[in-house]
Amino acid sequence: MNTTDALLAYVLRLGDTALVTGQRMIERVTGEPELEEELANANFALDYVGQARLFYAYAGELEGEGRGEDDFAYLRDSQAFRNLLIAEQPNGHFGDCIVRQFLFESFYVLQLEALAACGDRRLADIAARGVKEIRYHLRHATQWLVRLGDGTEESHRRVAGSLERYWRYTAEFFDGDDVDDVMRDAFGGPDLASLEPRWRETVAGGLREAMLSVPEDEAAQTGSRRGLHTEHLGYLVAEMQHLHRAHPGARW
Amino acid sequence: MYTQGLDQKDKARPAAGEETAAQQDAFQARVDAEEKIEPKEWMPAAYRRTLVRQISQHAHSEIIGMQPEGNWLTRAPSLKRKAILLAKVQDEAGHGLYLYSAAETLGVSRDEMVGDLLSGKAKYSSIFNYPTLTWADIGAIGWLVDGAAIMNQIPLCRCSYGPYARAMVRVCKEESFHQRQGFELMLELCRGTGAQKAMAQDALDRWWWPSLMMFGPNDADSKHSAQSMAWKIKRFSNDELRQKFVDVTAPQAEFLGLRIPDDDLAWNAETGHYDFGEIDWSEFHQVLAGNGPCNRERMEKRRAAHDNGAWVREAAEAHAAKRAARDAA
Repeated sequence: MNTTDALLAYVLRLGDTALVTGQRMIERVTGEPELEEELANANFALDYVGQARLFYAYAGELEGEGRGEDDFAYLRDSQAFRNLLIAEQPNGHFGDCIVRQFLFESFYVLQLEALAACGDRRLADIAARGVKEIRYHLRHATQWLVRLGDGTEESHRRVAGSLERYWRYTAEFFDGDDVDDVMRDAFGGPDLASLEPRWRETVAGGLREAMLSVPEDEAAQTGSRRGLHTEHLGYLVAEMQHLHRAHPGARW
Repeated sequence: MYTQGLDQKDKARPAAGEETAAQQDAFQARVDAEEKIEPKEWMPAAYRRTLVRQISQHAHSEIIGMQPEGNWLTRAPSLKRKAILLAKVQDEAGHGLYLYSAAETLGVSRDEMVGDLLSGKAKYSSIFNYPTLTWADIGAIGWLVDGAAIMNQIPLCRCSYGPYARAMVRVCKEESFHQRQGFELMLELCRGTGAQKAMAQDALDRWWWPSLMMFGPNDADSKHSAQSMAWKIKRFSNDELRQKFVDVTAPQAEFLGLRIPDDDLAWNAETGHYDFGEIDWSEFHQVLAGNGPCNRERMEKRRAAHDNGAWVREAAEAHAAKRAARDAA
């Protein structure tokens, strides 16, 4: 695989994960348990949509075929999306969302930190900007994880269930392919093998404080790098794209 | 966005002798001199109640108002529009928070105010009981609903109660931004395909009259606002503000190439204002009475969010108590 193709594929994966994560957060607007959480959730969703736009804009430049952010977001079918599976999982309850964000953002922070130091200047700049946002998100998710895990009997039971539900989607964070290899070897990007122990350490620390146990690694679900998604993504993409696609060529 | 609490009569009356005529006269003199009344200063109980009702209804309107717009967040037709709408909805949550805090300076807690909203005791602006059926409704809300809200709110920046006046300065800046974004969204649709322009016209057809209703009853039917005027909580009458809104908005519709759905709308060179038709007040009263197209859905959604979040709030309290106990040990 040539390096430009790998970089393009990598940037699209980042864009897709950011957009799908943001879209799931958007679904929660007006449904939060507290007004302060409405502000936080909308703010975080805005960060993700903003990151997606930057990644897509850069992808369009790398591709050089005149495609822009909306072409990537609205005119690709769900199987062309390369977002991580954890991002597309339905929202469930508040604790589900907190656990999902905690597990994913514990990884995403490390990924962005590594990218901020990579050899591709544009990607490094986008990552450096994004990592500031995600560090703040992760602090928020971790604080809530601790409140819920070490709150009431009910809240503990609920987030323990969330952890069981989402854990199987975390293995694919580190299930790299040739695109990841090129990013590491040609651009000095993230080395997944060395990120994994650091991720495990962060997660174990958060779970310990939240009085939760680290689940067993079994029945890992992977496939997003090849476009193999869960059933949930098709609905998310259909809802997101339908208006745009109903008016081909229209400007908004 | 806006509250219609300006026109409600204050039903509770202080017992005779609680407030002396001298106190009331001194208070009125300060208001007349355009002094700002601050939280810890003396104020008539009715003034306090009127403000609590108005500010809390304004806050509730911001919170309920997130629903019709939030309805199109997942489907926004471009990422740029998605981000703009998301930022707007976030601003509204911020306005709600800000306004609840302003009301709290009058000695009422946010929990009490939210409780009154959820029980149906407190009201919110009637406009949010209409559905957002197409993307153009998002433009119409920004252009018309935020436009009407600004007409109401700019005078509130000079409200006699300091914390409310200061909150409104910030709120108005953001509302004005939202209004321009809404107009710009409509402009893009009107310059777009035939289907897009038809979508914009349909949205104007459905939102025009409800927007005019946002200013409340005609002055002749709005007798209770006299006291609010005297207290300088309210500065202009409902009809004055409504006229101003029509005068500003009619040329904007013309610029967009859209037709305002009112056969009686016409420029009157003699008065220097637009004439316009009579509002269907029976519809207004039906919506206020809870019988609008979405009253039930809006309240159900708010109550569901509150109920579904109960275990989360309990957990946060339980955790805080555990932490405090550990720190004390």
